[in-house]
Amino acid sequence: MAIMQSTQNPLDSVPLSTCREGDRVRIKKVKGEGAFKRRLTEMGLLKGAEITIQKYAPLRDPMELVIKGYHLSIRVEEAANVLVQPMSRGWR
Amino acid sequence: MAVTSRYTIALAGNPNSGKTTIFNQLTGSHQKVGNWGGVTVEKKEGVARVNGIEYAVIDLPGTYSLSAYSLEEVIARDFIIEGKPDLVVHVVDAGNLERNLYLTTQLIELGAPVVIALNMFDEAQGKGLEVDYDHLSKLLGIPMVPTVGHRGKGIDKLMEAVGKAIDDRGSRSRHLQLPYGREIEDEINEIQHAILGIGGLGDRYSTRWLAVKLLEDDAVVKKRLELRSTDGILAQAMVSRDHIQEMFDDDVETVLTDRRYGFVAGALRETIRMSKEQRQTISDHIDNVLTSRHLGFPVFFLFMWALFQLTFSLGARPQAWIATGITMTSKAAVAVMPPSLLRDLIVDGILGGVGGVLVFLPQILILFLGISVLEDTGYMARAAFIMDKVMHTVGLHGKSFIPLVMGFGCNVPAIMATRTLESRRDRLLTILINPLMSCSARLPVYVLVAGTFFGVAAGHVIFSLYLLGIALAIGVGQIFRRTLFRGDATPFVMELPPYRIPTMQSTLIHMWEKGSIYLKKMGSLILSFSIIIWFLGAFPRHSTSVSTSVHNTSVEQIASTDPTQQVDGAPSYSPSDTYIGRIGHVIEPVLRPLGFDWRMSVALLTGFVAKEVVVSTMGVLYGSNQAENGQAAVKRGLKRSIASPLIAYAFLVFVLLYTPCLATVITIRREAGGWKWAALAVGYELVLAWIMAFVVVRAGHLLGLG
Repeated sequence: MAIMQSTQNPLDSVPLSTCREGDRVRIKKVKGEGAFKRRLTEMGLLKGAEITIQKYAPLRDPMELVIKGYHLSIRVEEAANVLVQPMSRGWR
Repeated sequence: MAVTSRYTIALAGNPNSGKTTIFNQLTGSHQKVGNWGGVTVEKKEGVARVNGIEYAVIDLPGTYSLSAYSLEEVIARDFIIEGKPDLVVHVVDAGNLERNLYLTTQLIELGAPVVIALNMFDEAQGKGLEVDYDHLSKLLGIPMVPTVGHRGKGIDKLMEAVGKAIDDRGSRSRHLQLPYGREIEDEINEIQHAILGIGGLGDRYSTRWLAVKLLEDDAVVKKRLELRSTDGILAQAMVSRDHIQEMFDDDVETVLTDRRYGFVAGALRETIRMSKEQRQTISDHIDNVLTSRHLGFPVFFLFMWALFQLTFSLGARPQAWIATGITMTSKAAVAVMPPSLLRDLIVDGILGGVGGVLVFLPQILILFLGISVLEDTGYMARAAFIMDKVMHTVGLHGKSFIPLVMGFGCNVPAIMATRTLESRRDRLLTILINPLMSCSARLPVYVLVAGTFFGVAAGHVIFSLYLLGIALAIGVGQIFRRTLFRGDATPFVMELPPYRIPTMQSTLIHMWEKGSIYLKKMGSLILSFSIIIWFLGAFPRHSTSVSTSVHNTSVEQIASTDPTQQVDGAPSYSPSDTYIGRIGHVIEPVLRPLGFDWRMSVALLTGFVAKEVVVSTMGVLYGSNQAENGQAAVKRGLKRSIASPLIAYAFLVFVLLYTPCLATVITIRREAGGWKWAALAVGYELVLAWIMAFVVVRAGHLLGLG
């Protein structure tokens, strides 16, 4: 089991909602609590998981992610609760 | 021994894992659709026969997890625990193993005997995925069979494994325990000890499962334990939770979820390999067009337009045939039988009612054919993805859009279409505001009244009614959201499954299911209410029997002039002193502030059956016994009855807003799950209709109109 032993400065993490199409990021922390957080974590949005930002919807909300090999959409306001660390920049 | 063994197997799996195709393969046409006790989640059951053994197959709701956060999850979990199926067949999308196997970890924990169908195995192989499923099977302690549900591949092997697993039950325990790591295991042990201290609990549940659920603070499990003297257990669980929280600096649920995913990742690391480099798949290419910034919306509206046209224009033809068929049957009955009460009952009450039920069937079948294709291809999720921003601003879900648009055709299939919404809150909200979408049955009323009073401006007037309906739907939705449906909105965390080619079998089965639900569950109610309304319109008896012929003519007229209309179930009545007439007189004072006289009141009353009946009622009330030149007479009558265009507009607003028809009310009752929702819908619509009509009249007077 890979538990991230990160020495990164937490200032390096940004909200997922600010990422651009094509970015690859790693989850640092999922904020929030209760049913909301439970749902996100059960869909695989856990610390250490890698995400590719596939695209934004035509109206810039919601956004489409690829995580654990499948596609997931999530509203931008909800994505603001997911703090991520950028790994590589997008193609756009 | 002539005893046929009969086992119960439950199908569990994620949404989009192809669970339904496996279910269809196993049970063929031996299916029945119902609801889980008292709730509105669909329950499908069927029977599979393999080698002389009969299996009752229960299709559990598709879920990503078995925690207690959604109704579907509680239902699936309860069935596995309480329903004690002999075996759980767990359908897994082989191309999406990591997330799918998360559910597996929870099935393992429940201690249920499980066989896994590695479904859509061909698709996974096409992606270049190599799965060593023998090894994986050993690691998980669960037999696995690769399947391709829609081609029926692997189903025999699957059932072989199922039979074997059922025979093996008990003989050897290959019960695997999900490892959580030492710190957490210690806490689980503590709670298990506390549980074992109280006798009897372990009989029903596995103590380990109970302990884990208590660690997760599972509300449903806690509630069930509270019935017994379990204070000690709950106190221990609290201590353990605090402990873990402190140790890991995160909430317990997240820590446990992380460990389960960790277990899955560990098992997969040893057993799967990607032979090809992950590149853009065909599905990605399709998606880049269908949800692109520029083409996303045009394509979406094209599909919506096509769905609407297919449903309501193509559906109009069989509808007209049904109308003609009913009319011909009525005529035959009139010709054969002597005039009598019985004949009136058969012709106007029963045949009219049957017609009123059957006319919706073509639309329902076509709409659900379309919806089934949209869902099975994966486009439905994209439609929600594209529309969510717009719908979310008015407090709804992206998937609410399709039922609302379909409401412009007919509210009955539209309300049935809300079944695509997962969250009950979103679904109820969409059901309740759906009648405000002006359905096509209201159009003839608009055309008649607006045509009479507004001349060339009639088109603008009618358009304004549609806009008013939409605006009020948004407003009412907001009000409901802040009152009835307060609290946590479910997050919009939606899977976008790969695009797939739908199969004929599942599409047709889906379509037929909806049709038969409608006929069986709603048809009889609609029919009985139609007969009651006929009774109210026909009694007390009159010396001169009237208008059977008028009624029949109007059916044909409606069917021929506007094929999108239904057969009308108009009671043949001699106006004022039937029960309906009397009720019309009674409610007249309520409607008088709106400027409506008793005739308009009676017309509105009969419109409760179906909106276009308002037109035929007016035909009768305004003294046109010859429907052939009826239009002019009705228009003259309307002008006598309605004092001004202002009141005519108020009348149209009322027609727009009050209960669309009996069938809608019954559909709401059925789909929302209870008469209280139907009563709420009828109630708020009547109040809203009255208030808005009143506002129109008052505001008009203030502005010096009318």
